[in-house]
Amino acid sequence: METIIKVSDLCKSYDSGFEALKGINLNIHAGEIFALLGPNGAGKTTLISTVCGIVSPTSGSVEVSGYDIVKDYRRTRELIGLVPQELTLGAFDTVWNTLQFSRGLFGKSPNPAYLEKTLRDLSLFDKRDQILMSLSGGMKRRVLIAKALAHEPRILFLDEPTAGVDVELRKDMWKLVANMRESGVTIILTTHYIEEAEEIADRIGVINKGEILLVDKKSDLIKKMGKKQLVIDLREPISEIPSALSQYNLEIANDGRSLVYLYDVKQDRTGITTLLIELREQGLLLKDIKTEESSLEDIFVELVRR
Amino acid sequence: MNFQAVKVIYKFEMLRTWKTLLQSIASPVVSTTLYFVVFGAAIGSRIEHIDGVSYGVFIVPGLLMLSILTQSISNASFGIFFPKFTGTIYEILSAPVSFIEVLLGYVGAAATKSLILGLIILLTASAFVPLQIAHPIWMMGFLLLTCISFSLFGFIIGLWANNFEKLELIPRLVITPLVFLGGSFYSVDMLPAFWQKITLLNPVLYLISGFRWSFFEVADVSVLTSLTMILVFLGLCLGAIFLIFKTGYRLKQ
Ligand SMILES: Nc1ncnc2c1ncn2[C@@H]1O[C@H](COP(=O)(O)OP(=O)(O)OP(=O)(O)O)[C@@H](O)[C@H]1O
Ligand SMILES: [Mg+2]
Repeated sequence: METIIKVSDLCKSYDSGFEALKGINLNIHAGEIFALLGPNGAGKTTLISTVCGIVSPTSGSVEVSGYDIVKDYRRTRELIGLVPQELTLGAFDTVWNTLQFSRGLFGKSPNPAYLEKTLRDLSLFDKRDQILMSLSGGMKRRVLIAKALAHEPRILFLDEPTAGVDVELRKDMWKLVANMRESGVTIILTTHYIEEAEEIADRIGVINKGEILLVDKKSDLIKKMGKKQLVIDLREPISEIPSALSQYNLEIANDGRSLVYLYDVKQDRTGITTLLIELREQGLLLKDIKTEESSLEDIFVELVRR
Repeated sequence: MNFQAVKVIYKFEMLRTWKTLLQSIASPVVSTTLYFVVFGAAIGSRIEHIDGVSYGVFIVPGLLMLSILTQSISNASFGIFFPKFTGTIYEILSAPVSFIEVLLGYVGAAATKSLILGLIILLTASAFVPLQIAHPIWMMGFLLLTCISFSLFGFIIGLWANNFEKLELIPRLVITPLVFLGGSFYSVDMLPAFWQKITLLNPVLYLISGFRWSFFEVADVSVLTSLTMILVFLGLCLGAIFLIFKTGYRLKQ
């Protein structure tokens, strides 16, 4: 798989002396959707800002499409569009003008047809002559996305794109992201919403306290980290776990009407067969059996807590 | 060179001017008119000619400089300070532009604005007093050099300032006194000998003197000294800008 961004041993200490990134190594594949997950203050924005050129790295390097972000900054920045976390927009410009500004700033000659299409895709076209100050928060977020797309980037960074955004915009945004991915754009997004990452990302990286804890394909991640539960509904409720079953990691749930067995999918022997045999020997009648997988959220909480 | 970027920065800075037309053009015109009414007509009629020039005419170059200096500084400093303040600077930092291109865009726009303003004030002045310009090319040269170098200076202040107070500090506390004491409204040889010496330390004096020479061929110091001084100032500003450029000072974390 082609690597489009290669982050090597990246460290960032702010002037205050705070070490926000502690030796990050990360490869982003061309054309993928990569979700960066992490709690507040983990270093997500710092990492993105460094790749985009807003924050200077203290040590280490970043290559975008084979070019160094410091030495060949013109080539790397041309490829990148950034939607910042904060709603930072001018006040008195119109939507249309600010898009033209963004496009020109990235060295592209004017292309009204492209800008119009971008605005239409974001349901902003009828707002094109409005003053930025007079837009609602969600509209401003859309304008920021349009600005990031104004120069037709090959890589798009979305720093918490869905913070404070309603369901409709969220849907629109994911449609847009899917379309962009179709056209070969690489997308890196940060989020606190794990369902979101679960839904759209190809791979997920977890960052905490300036360190990447793991990077994996979403399905692998669940498999690797995942605990599964076997929920056994009983015909007759029980008040305590029979002593013969004490070697199993069992819990009583649902007022004694269910038994929950927690096991590790990584292990070859999950113990399910013997458990079921034991249950029969104990004379327990089963009503239903179902398994539940832990969500990314559980995994994430688990990882960060460690 | 990313000329598109220079173009859009320049264009948008100029756009801001038109949108705040009243504030950027009308208010200096009004204040200049007031100076003429008060100093030129009311007080000036009681003052003798200075170096053979009537007082109302004599103050024109100084008044022009006063406006050009303060406006160049405030335009250029505000131009770059504002995106820093609102956070929109992120876009410039993440764009494929060099410091030089940013500089050309912002300083170019600020200097253009000052130049236009200077010409408007000149027109306003000629409505009140009969103006003759002895050396129009020198006059335009001084005007242009002043607009550019003080816009550069303003840009440096805008980069350096991290709050509104600092943004206003240098123009209020340094520039305005220097202009007033630099012979905008009087000839240096009207001062006692001791103060004449002190005044020679004021860089703005050389600017006003040279500028005045291009109008009336009267000057406190030789015109070449004036020219040298302003070129030195321009050189200093460029040097400072170069250092800022080298270190990424105050723009990036
Ligand atoms: N300019 C700065 N100076 C000093 N410390 C900073 C600066 N910017 C960020 N930090 C610190 O660096 C750490 C990482 O911040 P960052 O903004 O990258 O986190 P984040 O993962 O994006 O968090 P969030 O989810 O809240 O957006 C935080 O502890 C923050 O306080
Ligand atoms: Mg952040």
